[in-house]
Amino acid sequence: MAPEAITAHKLRERIGSGEVSAEEATRIVLDRIEAVDGRVKAFLTVTPEAALAQARAIDAARRRGQKLGPLAGVPVAVKDNFCTEGVRTTCGSRILENFVPPYSGTAVRRLAEAGAVIVGKTNMDEFAMGSSNENSAFFPAHNPWDLERVPGGSSGGSAAAVIAGETVVAYGSDTGGSVRQPASFCGVVGLKPTYGLISRFGLVAFASSLDQIGPLTLDVTDAALALQAVAGHDPLDSTSARHDPPDYLDGIDRGVKGLRIGVPREYFGAGTEPAVEAAVRKAIDILTGLGATAEECSLPNTDHALSAYYIIAPAEASANLARYDGVRYGLRAAGAEDLTDMYAKTRAQGFGAEVKRRIMLGTYALSSGYYDAYYLKAQKVRTLVRRDFERAFAKYDVLAAPTSPTVAFKLGERAENPLAMYLADVCTIPVNLAGLPGLSIPCGDDRGLPIGLQLIGKPLDEATLFRAAFAHEQATGFKPKLAPAGKGERT
Amino acid sequence: MSGDFETVIGVEVHAELSTQTKIFCQCPTAFGAEPNSQVCPICLGMPGTLPVLNEAALEAAVKAALALNCKVAGHTKFDRKNYFYPDLPKGYQISQFDQPLATEGWLEFDLDGKARRVRVRRVHLEEDAGKSLHTTAGEATLVDFNRTGVPLIEIVSEPDLRSPEEARAYLTKLKTLIEYTGVSDVKMEEGSLRCDCNVSVHHAGSEFGTPVELKNLNSFRAVKLALEYEVERQVKLLEGGGSVARETRLWDEKADQTRPMRSKELSHDYRYFPEPDLVPLVIDQAWVEKVRGTLPELPDAKRERFARRYGLPEYDAGVITASPALATYFERAAAPAKDPKKVANWVLGELLAYLNAHGLGFDQIPVSPENLAALIGLIERGVISGTIAKTVFPEVCATNRDPESIVKEKGLVVINDEGAIVEAVLKAIADNPSVVAEIKGGKERAMGFLVGQVMKATKGRANPETVNRLVREKLAER
Repeated sequence: MAPEAITAHKLRERIGSGEVSAEEATRIVLDRIEAVDGRVKAFLTVTPEAALAQARAIDAARRRGQKLGPLAGVPVAVKDNFCTEGVRTTCGSRILENFVPPYSGTAVRRLAEAGAVIVGKTNMDEFAMGSSNENSAFFPAHNPWDLERVPGGSSGGSAAAVIAGETVVAYGSDTGGSVRQPASFCGVVGLKPTYGLISRFGLVAFASSLDQIGPLTLDVTDAALALQAVAGHDPLDSTSARHDPPDYLDGIDRGVKGLRIGVPREYFGAGTEPAVEAAVRKAIDILTGLGATAEECSLPNTDHALSAYYIIAPAEASANLARYDGVRYGLRAAGAEDLTDMYAKTRAQGFGAEVKRRIMLGTYALSSGYYDAYYLKAQKVRTLVRRDFERAFAKYDVLAAPTSPTVAFKLGERAENPLAMYLADVCTIPVNLAGLPGLSIPCGDDRGLPIGLQLIGKPLDEATLFRAAFAHEQATGFKPKLAPAGKGERT
Repeated sequence: MSGDFETVIGVEVHAELSTQTKIFCQCPTAFGAEPNSQVCPICLGMPGTLPVLNEAALEAAVKAALALNCKVAGHTKFDRKNYFYPDLPKGYQISQFDQPLATEGWLEFDLDGKARRVRVRRVHLEEDAGKSLHTTAGEATLVDFNRTGVPLIEIVSEPDLRSPEEARAYLTKLKTLIEYTGVSDVKMEEGSLRCDCNVSVHHAGSEFGTPVELKNLNSFRAVKLALEYEVERQVKLLEGGGSVARETRLWDEKADQTRPMRSKELSHDYRYFPEPDLVPLVIDQAWVEKVRGTLPELPDAKRERFARRYGLPEYDAGVITASPALATYFERAAAPAKDPKKVANWVLGELLAYLNAHGLGFDQIPVSPENLAALIGLIERGVISGTIAKTVFPEVCATNRDPESIVKEKGLVVINDEGAIVEAVLKAIADNPSVVAEIKGGKERAMGFLVGQVMKATKGRANPETVNRLVREKLAER
């Protein structure tokens, strides 16, 4: 049996009242990691000393009567592509296996300012390229609901850690679905905010025009709280939105009366599992039962989005990953004969197969004579995808669809077939191309395997997504619950 | 150059902008600091870092573009230029590809008294790379990233130049212009100005030949020598029935020749694409006009004004205005002068000679313009002779003291007491009876000898005109 689940907002309340100390909360989480992570493998690095020190500092601040931050004492895990000063940041890659950043990114700094206790760095597909976590250069993370299955990816470690009780809140990054899809597979809430809402400074880049940090939490209130802590303009990120975030908790419970929901038919394609479709439609019915309206709509360029994504993301990645050359940091292969040989050997040894595949795809797409046919065409498709959404949002406040066409699949099941793996992101990728916010919330299960409902919003309209998701959560009597994470754990 | 061959040259210049901080981070840009002491995670290309454009760099680039008569784009963007090199920490350079900051400019220069106009194709903004240093034993390459991220402008000319001499004159004028705008130090020896050339030759009347790119041109002299060498090499190749290969060649200063670097066909595919970490720039034309308003008077306008206002010959005005520092100096020195032309003569004569002899630049002139003006004022007021002024000039330079006190201390003030001069005249006449006889015999020119003797006796302090008159008078009296 898993221990009792506790949400960040409840925990923050208890820490504020002194009912529980930050240190106690941190120890519970660290003990849980100790107990289950040998099976779940959600973490690449755990930082118990730093976490306990931060927790004690919070407790001391409380005793002195100081004002505590919104996440004071709340255990948080960050994906291992968040730069953390003095703490190894691997991106799930051999090439950065021993890389210790000299600085912390903006999100990590804002978390520290909010009083969060960072307990460790979570497992991920190498450089966030993957949908199953099997591309981690170290070991795959497992789905705590069924250890034979993947937790999704690339932020699989973050999703697994939350549902296994190894942290209270986790953050991931979402380039084509990497927060929402694992949230769906693990039965947690996962938000991909509007592009630019959370600073990318300190997030190791995969595809710069698509990457966005997002929280994974047990419930919707926590997602709002976790977004609040890190959102807002950052002068260190030129693509950061000049936007003053609203109070996301304010009005979260206002209900959905009059909310207009569009249901894009293209998101219920041939590969959609019947149980997934049924659960998603039921969730939409619940919302209409609460006073929302829903009707089918169309995003006609959805089919092309996946193709465009697999040009644009690898193209950007091919440049973003050029810096891993063995010159300044990270792996440098031994025994190189000259400079070119050093580059070749270092990158051959340091990168895994999927990363190499995408670097080659991207290099090819950008090369002279192919640029117009691939990269430029893909950018045009991107514009069409964005326009699809603009047209839809002229009529609807939110769009509702599955997060993933399937529930969590078995480890190894798709590992040999990259194309099948790419299809796992068909419902999430268009949202990144358009830079929109997307929220995945649990909406049922298929024989114990969670199903996710994806709510897609207008740019910077995260508040409406939270309101709809909160209404659904209340209506279904949702109670946060941890996954068993296998047998024999201490409780 | 032999036969009916014609030469076509285009020039690419990189100038480092002398902003306080780098183009995409807050690191200082000072030259000559301890290696890797002016670096941060951003300019080192550490994972997760992002560039933020330094607005001062943009403004400086716009200023330079305006000085080159360019149109500044309303919309521009940055692109990634991808290639691997140890001194390029991100594996790409943030540069501008198909939407440069400015286009369609021109620059005029004089060569052999004729005005030439050369079109400037584009000016764009980019970041500099670091420097690779090879250990003396050759066992290792070290990289200094201080220069990484220093803002650069690249200025590309159209292939409008027709001789190595023209290329040199173009560069000289370009350097002057940029120096006037104050956006760059334009010091070739510190690498803040760098230049590559494209050169081809063809038979008159036929199409342009295959261009060869020349690199490693570390001085204007090297530019001219390398181009001359290359033109000759290409002509010989073509005359011998051969063809010119499209390639990049390096100028080898020691060997006085160019040698191939890499074949351009085999060169990098830079895979340019828009930099997703920076937003496209929308440049407000009202702001551009504001920047234009901050441009100082540029060299051509200044030369014209100097010629008109100070009555200087075109050539003199050109030499003085070739350096903004010298031009400013001249204007300050000329302000109190009765005859600014004399000041120009002093500046172009004694002052330049002194600077050359001491290896000083125009920004290091040791004597203040006020003191130079005071020295010239002493001549104008008849306090000292021009000759005396020239003798004390080195000391005025070395000490930058008030020239009048120097002259007084040394007792060099003109002797205006005719009695003292008469005494010397009479002595000269008495001591040189044979010369006096020659003069009486009609050899008027011999009088100069007597004048010389008097000047010698008075240590040059006597007014030569007075001496002349008195010698004549005293001889006549005899």
